[in-house]
Amino acid sequence: MPVLRCENLDKAFGGVRALDGVSLSFPGEGIVAIIGPNGAGKTTLLNVFTGFLRADAGRCFYGDQVITSLPPYQISRTGIVRTFQDLRLVRDAPVLENVLLARPHQRGERLLSAIFPIGVAAQERKNCERATELLDFVGLTSKSSALAGTLSWGQQKLLTLACCLAAEAQVLLLDEPVAGVHPQLIERILELLRKLRSEGRLIIFIEHDIAAVKQIAEHLIVMDDGRVIAEGEPAILLERPEIMEAYVA
Amino acid sequence: MEYLLHIAIIALCFVVLAVSLDLLAGQTGLLALSHAAFYGLGAYTSALLAIHAGAPFLLAMSAGMLVAAFVSLLVSIPSLRLHGDYFAIATFGFQMILYSVFNNWSEVTGGSIGISGIPRARVFGMTIESRAGYVLLAGVFAVVAIVVVRRIARSPFGRVLRAIREDEPFATALGKNTTRFKVTVFALSAAMAASAGSLYGHYNSYIDPSSFTVLESILVVSMVIIGGAGSVWGPVLGAIVLVALPEALRFVGLPLAVAANMRQILYGCLLVVMMMFRPRGLVGQYGLGE
Repeated sequence: MPVLRCENLDKAFGGVRALDGVSLSFPGEGIVAIIGPNGAGKTTLLNVFTGFLRADAGRCFYGDQVITSLPPYQISRTGIVRTFQDLRLVRDAPVLENVLLARPHQRGERLLSAIFPIGVAAQERKNCERATELLDFVGLTSKSSALAGTLSWGQQKLLTLACCLAAEAQVLLLDEPVAGVHPQLIERILELLRKLRSEGRLIIFIEHDIAAVKQIAEHLIVMDDGRVIAEGEPAILLERPEIMEAYVA
Repeated sequence: MEYLLHIAIIALCFVVLAVSLDLLAGQTGLLALSHAAFYGLGAYTSALLAIHAGAPFLLAMSAGMLVAAFVSLLVSIPSLRLHGDYFAIATFGFQMILYSVFNNWSEVTGGSIGISGIPRARVFGMTIESRAGYVLLAGVFAVVAIVVVRRIARSPFGRVLRAIREDEPFATALGKNTTRFKVTVFALSAAMAASAGSLYGHYNSYIDPSSFTVLESILVVSMVIIGGAGSVWGPVLGAIVLVALPEALRFVGLPLAVAANMRQILYGCLLVVMMMFRPRGLVGQYGLGE
């Protein structure tokens, strides 16, 4: 049964149709890549799925639940988290605090519990332990007290991945997870994504790095001009000249 | 001595105002120019209940805080869709509206004449008559405000506020209902400002609109800037400096009329100098607008 799907999504910005009747369904687990030239609608699709943009028409579903009109924070709570192309983090806060921020159901996030913190310290300790485990998983343990803004670009990408995991998401929507990253770090990120896939998660990522797509994607979606122009096995699709021509164009 | 005690009381009232504004502007990044309006709401509500309903001080103050918190919802819910400068302008507009109400709704507020005969504060069966007693009471208010803000800053709630300040979409993408946080902190900030207003009214036994103008809102913002936003002690320092420093001018030998106007010039100069050389204030974490 598809976990995440959309039907006939339309989204226009003035005269530009960023999404034009897009219908997709994603399985419960796997690694799916979305590629396409700039302006194809890839990030717009991500934004609509995660509630940061409202579609002009069409619907999105997570399981049986219609998520089209939900605000972003509610969509996140259903188990779908995303990263951003321009790498959003709390740069003036330590790395550990960024990961702690992502932990769900925090008692201390209620005002009264913040002022009268009964039971908050115990939960905070557990959250710290989990956050530290996640930083260890992505290889940032030594940076846990460093300010997030002092990390390298690639390390910040790893941090955003740790934040997604801290939110206990089943579905990860990653916007260009390896763009601008050193090749060594790319390998690490891809290895982490494989591990997450083996844990039964669904990873959907937008990328321009075809080599990375070839390495880990199990399913490929090609978009252009707001439409899905091809979908299928990466190895087969990426050999088709019209796909590469559309992509390069 | 009485003069120094009076300055201490006023400084402590402004500590409460500055610390509560920092929760909104420093921690959450919502620069509001309406703090004096909530200060005034607390003062007027408390005074009216004390005079016309014989409400004891703590009850009248609590009512003032609730009124301010409720009114803050009328401001925050429509305004929080706005960002940065536009939000500040919206709160500025609200400040002007409230001042106009204080100044023109004569039947209730006394208009420009104000309200006199506000009874002295009575706490735990004791009526506070002396300035020393009010210094103690204001000190308690200031300590409570500092403790509350410090606890919030160190809590997961404060962590979300700072995330909102730095990158609200990031916080939203991680499942935080940022609107709820912003509305809540706005209401709390307004309620705390109202408590200071109530205290001021019962200490002074008289209030009028001239204490709750946009200039007072700007003064409180200046205290946060000069002391340092985002740190609990920055606004405390800012409040003390901006209340005490102009008073020192009285001892410089300037004529009274000149000394009074020098205060405004001094505030302006301090702000300009701080923005040029130390935008994060004396002990601040962030510059407002960074």
